[in-house]
Amino acid sequence: MTIRVTINGKPHALASDPGTPLLYVLRNELRLNGAKYGCGMGQCGACTVIVDGKPAFSCLTPLAALEGRAVRTVEGLGNVEKPGRLQAAFIKHQAAQCGYCIAGMIMRAQSLLDRIPYPTDAQILAHLEPNLCRCGTHHRILAAVRDAANGGAP
Amino acid sequence: MTIRSTLRLAGALLAAGAVLLLALYAWLRPAPLALTSAPAPTPSDAVIAAGARVVALGDCMVCHTAGQGPAYAGGFPLRTPFGTIYSTNITPDPETGIGRWSLHAFRRAMREGVSRDGHLLYPAFPYIHYTRMSDRDIDLAYQYLMTRTPVKQAPPANELMFPLNFRPLLAFWNMLYLEPGTAALPASQSTPRERGRYLVNTLGHCASCHSGLNPIGGERRPPFKGGQIDGWDAPDLTALAANAWSHANLVDYLRGGLSPAHGAAKGPMRPVTERLAEVPREDVEAIATYLLSIQAAPSVKPATAPAPTIAPGQALFAAACAACHTEAAPMMRLAGRPSLARSSAVRGDSPANFIQTVLHGIPWQAGSPVYMPPFADTLNDEQVAQLAAYVRINIAAKEDWRGVAATSAKLRKENQP
Repeated sequence: MTIRVTINGKPHALASDPGTPLLYVLRNELRLNGAKYGCGMGQCGACTVIVDGKPAFSCLTPLAALEGRAVRTVEGLGNVEKPGRLQAAFIKHQAAQCGYCIAGMIMRAQSLLDRIPYPTDAQILAHLEPNLCRCGTHHRILAAVRDAANGGAP
Repeated sequence: MTIRSTLRLAGALLAAGAVLLLALYAWLRPAPLALTSAPAPTPSDAVIAAGARVVALGDCMVCHTAGQGPAYAGGFPLRTPFGTIYSTNITPDPETGIGRWSLHAFRRAMREGVSRDGHLLYPAFPYIHYTRMSDRDIDLAYQYLMTRTPVKQAPPANELMFPLNFRPLLAFWNMLYLEPGTAALPASQSTPRERGRYLVNTLGHCASCHSGLNPIGGERRPPFKGGQIDGWDAPDLTALAANAWSHANLVDYLRGGLSPAHGAAKGPMRPVTERLAEVPREDVEAIATYLLSIQAAPSVKPATAPAPTIAPGQALFAAACAACHTEAAPMMRLAGRPSLARSSAVRGDSPANFIQTVLHGIPWQAGSPVYMPPFADTLNDEQVAQLAAYVRINIAAKEDWRGVAATSAKLRKENQP
């Protein structure tokens, strides 16, 4: 049994056990290692990706629930040579310390900017609430999201 | 008699009836009470502490505070089958709150459901229960509320269907459901059971949610047989023993919002447990004692455990739920989470609480160990139904619920947390 999922715009037919969480499929099968395993319980947000336009904890998203759906990961926003607008803003503001939470942070922020291009600070804070950063770079993360919303880093 | 003249006569009779009812109401209408001008003397710390206990046990804050808004300033939407009623501001603000209400006016509101200016309050305010509060407790609640921080905030206008937005009609509802005064007050609160009876029936007004409402909004009799509130099931409180609730289980659940044997308080019950965490333990023990004294004889149902199946929900469970909800998961072994086989939300007769919890999770809140992420954006209604079937049949060994996908679709639209 295969499950058809669009990942970063490309169609995939995935043959993993349908009871596998999306995070394991992304990392182990597709080698998309941006999303991280943090807590495995939907408490930290390090595994956040976008499914059908909404942020999702990929560690708790069953492959079985993804037939015909569209997934975006941080790799879909850009790469080292050509980072996307939000990625560039995170680099400009040096918003990562250890960096473990950043892929999830960026994807949750991206899902906000897709829906609300010019969010208020209150909207950014409320939207990013589920994602934790243990290093305490929140001020820089906020600066990066604000910057990307206002036109992006150079 | 022609049809036309018959209609004319019927119309005239109806009009006369309406005029008579209005005249009766005008005659019975409560008088406005004078505003006070002098600020009340500040009560002692002991009186304020005793008032805090009454107000916590009466759950005033649960309805009179809107979300993260200022305490007791009202504006909380109570969604009823008849429309939405917004709770009032009960801070001592002189203009938008009760700052210029006399104790007499406050007592009348609690006992008769009449506002200071004489208009009738909607029975979403549980005056049919508060009416049997002791004078002492009403006075303590008044002293406590009058020393809260005043907040200037008027609630939004109610959104009720015609003709229920016409308050005088409540006079007739009150004839059916309000027995004013202290007549039914228990003679003594000297035993835990009597204290518990007062806390459950009068102050805590548990029946408001746990009895269910009839088509005109009256509580069903006999009480506590279960009801619905905001898309959640309020369980039958006379079937606690049948569902293996012990006294200790109830005290844990009511005080801490979590019983390791039965699950976490969710939905509208969660703020109730937050208030009960603030009162002396003996009050919660009394509530548990009384509740266990009103249990119905367990009905003997043949146990028809269906044969487990390899259901499509198994894969969904493995990925979405197993990290926390299997026996071997650290969350279970270390944090005292209940097995889903014993969870009240899984064992309930209706799937409402299961679906609500899966869709919306249990929001994280400072000071509480209880949290579950929401799955509304992960699982569609058909998948929620598959998951429900797997959990009911393979984990709880019970019959599957009916109509889970349809209920999920309905609850998804309503009651966003």
